[in-house]
Amino acid sequence: MNPKRRNRLLIIALVVSGVGVAVALALVALNENINLFYSPTQVVRGEVPQGHTFRVGGLVREGSVRREGQDLRVSFDVSDGAHTVTVDYTGILPDLFREGQGIVAQGKMNGNGRFVADQVLAKHDENYMPPEVADALKKAEQEGAVANPHGPQ
Amino acid sequence: MLPELGHYALILALCLAVVQGIVPLAGAARGVDNWMALARPVAWGQFLLLLLSFAILSYAFVSNDFSVAYAARNSNSLLPAIYRFSAVWGGHEGSLLLWALLLAGWGAAVGLFSRRLPQVMVARVLGVMGLVSIGFLSFLIFTSNPFERLWPIPADGRDLNPLLQDPGLVMHPPMLYMGYVGFSVAFAFAIAALLGGRLDATWARWSRPWTTVAWVFMTVGIALGSWWAYYELGWGGWWFWDPVENASFMPWLMGTALIHSLAVAEKRSAFKNWTVLLAIFTFSLSLLGTFLVRSGVLTSVHAFASDPRRGVFILLLLAVVVGASLLIYAWRAPQVKSTGHFALVSRETMLLGNNVFLVVATASILLGTLYPLVLDALNMGKISVGPPYFNSVFVPLMVPLAFMIGVGPLTRWKEDHVGRLQHVLRATLAASIAVGALLPWLLFRSWAPMAMLGSVLVVWIAATTLLDLRNLTRHSPSLWQGMRRQSRSFYGMVAAHLGVAVTVAGVTLSSHYSLEHDIRLAPGETFVMGEHSFVFDGISNHRGPNYDASRATLRVLKDEREVTVLHTEKRSYTVTGMPMTEAGIDWGLTRDLYVALGEPLGDGAWAVRLYYKPFVRWIWLGAMLMALGGILAASDRRYRLARKAAQEGTGVATGSVAS
Repeated sequence: MNPKRRNRLLIIALVVSGVGVAVALALVALNENINLFYSPTQVVRGEVPQGHTFRVGGLVREGSVRREGQDLRVSFDVSDGAHTVTVDYTGILPDLFREGQGIVAQGKMNGNGRFVADQVLAKHDENYMPPEVADALKKAEQEGAVANPHGPQ
Repeated sequence: MLPELGHYALILALCLAVVQGIVPLAGAARGVDNWMALARPVAWGQFLLLLLSFAILSYAFVSNDFSVAYAARNSNSLLPAIYRFSAVWGGHEGSLLLWALLLAGWGAAVGLFSRRLPQVMVARVLGVMGLVSIGFLSFLIFTSNPFERLWPIPADGRDLNPLLQDPGLVMHPPMLYMGYVGFSVAFAFAIAALLGGRLDATWARWSRPWTTVAWVFMTVGIALGSWWAYYELGWGGWWFWDPVENASFMPWLMGTALIHSLAVAEKRSAFKNWTVLLAIFTFSLSLLGTFLVRSGVLTSVHAFASDPRRGVFILLLLAVVVGASLLIYAWRAPQVKSTGHFALVSRETMLLGNNVFLVVATASILLGTLYPLVLDALNMGKISVGPPYFNSVFVPLMVPLAFMIGVGPLTRWKEDHVGRLQHVLRATLAASIAVGALLPWLLFRSWAPMAMLGSVLVVWIAATTLLDLRNLTRHSPSLWQGMRRQSRSFYGMVAAHLGVAVTVAGVTLSSHYSLEHDIRLAPGETFVMGEHSFVFDGISNHRGPNYDASRATLRVLKDEREVTVLHTEKRSYTVTGMPMTEAGIDWGLTRDLYVALGEPLGDGAWAVRLYYKPFVRWIWLGAMLMALGGILAASDRRYRLARKAAQEGTGVATGSVAS
């Protein structure tokens, strides 16, 4: 093999192996860092992974925000219209967090059916409804209508 | 009447864009001089019309003309005048108009500064830019008319999003757009060269300064955005791997690769096809960024559109641009031969490595950004890809790249030897490892491995850059004379590479040694964080031009002495009723002290967020150095000489021109 061809082959081998390593890195990282979104209904039905981080979203129920003790612990209920999940959080809530507002929380379930959030997201605009939340509300409403055809509309 | 005139100017601009996109290109294909000569005046005309249109829209905002629906949605008579002006690009329609205006501005500039470029090249470049312009102007006119009237005329406007009422945000979008749009010039040069079948060193030399200038704007725009996020959102973070941030970061990374591969194309006549492909990708990523931000598929402070027609339109535009340019590439590229041969150990290989790492990094960010969107579009569930993904992919890719910044500039073109490089770099490498590994301990008394790795790379980049400078000036009578003999583009590289070192230092140290506490403070209480004590002096009420605020005062003490007094506000904007936090920051070269007010907890106590951020300013300082490097490189003397040479017909087509 002449030197020019060998060089070219070496460069190609380097590039391919580099890209291969990067792809492997990306896939492993992607696998570990995807957070699935669940609606409160799915949480109540137990469809969520135990011990794994995920997101839950819905409307903050009026009158459900409670500050406890002398530190920054807070809890509130998130609802999709059909079911509610209680979220525990320690820290400062975002500016646009308000009762009645659509929010998304990221965290894990604890043993007692409460969701322990390490992040609470409310977006930059007050008219904003997280698309996941809008979707979850719509689904809950449809399912409610199907399961309970004679119920109050 | 005026808004109608603005609308009319917009339509006329579209007509001129159609002429600009068809006639000069046809002239270049058929060799008709008159048709080609049309390119410049038409480009200038289009620019002036859009300038008029933009001025009229600005006037509607500044004079509170709320009969214009777009102004009524995004402004308010209580808004301070400067924000009434910046509100022009605070929404979807106006920011697109700015986009189109800047695109025409780049076209006009190409017309102005290309007097010595062959006419057929100018015709093709401006023709391609005219085609891009047609796409954006018809998008503007058919889906997002900024001059639409509102009836009945509202008494006042709905106000600009309070987050955007900020000096950083006045400059961030125009800078970023200048970058996005500026890459269209590099793209147009690449397509023009493909069409003409002349992918030579002249082409590379011509498109290099334009690409670099676009990259400079983009660098400044991204840095401004990051700085804004840092002080305005009240979370003290400077990068969130948010999809809209990625949308601007991807073309920047690709543009960085393009700048480096253009160097090889110009000096060594190699990588020519690859460079063209990079130019196409860079501009495509700019368009993709516009699509992501403007189509409403993402929800963030940047996304205004909710009209699905708009998303479809940009997606179609993206498909047409990418498809057409790749077709031209497939048709023309096989005829291009790279003439410059090089050995395995050479600067060409180092620059190839740079390209591979940057492109792979871009691809992995693209994957993380688009994956959730694709899954959602296919109805396969809603997911989010968090910052840990981007960090764990991006950082390992940047480590070898940072190492190569040290080796590359010291490697010779064409052929070099591992032995020589070892000989030159051995001492520097050892010293960098020793000093860099000690640095975190000296500064913060800690041995965190990643912090050590980061500071080794910082010292390595800085030391090798200085070594390069010393080697080049060694044979001159004095250091000063030797330094004067180096070209501006060399100093551009030095500044940009040192900028990378400064940014890496800022990222490494601030992410490892920041202190952060969310606490409850009652008036008179003190919280001790590291060396500083924060004393909460209580809350006072404060009234701004268009908001009411609760203002907290915190005194910061160190060794019993007062360092600074910080004010942080919780504002409530009167028109929208939207609450917002204004952080209080005491900035310094080696550390920022940062306080942000949370919510009231009763009994006069408030939740307060306190940060100590070491070296965080270095992140943006480094970006400014990179931008300065770009300016130096783009203003190098040889680009002006090249123009002269091209005019005299001597040509600089061969790759043997001295480096």
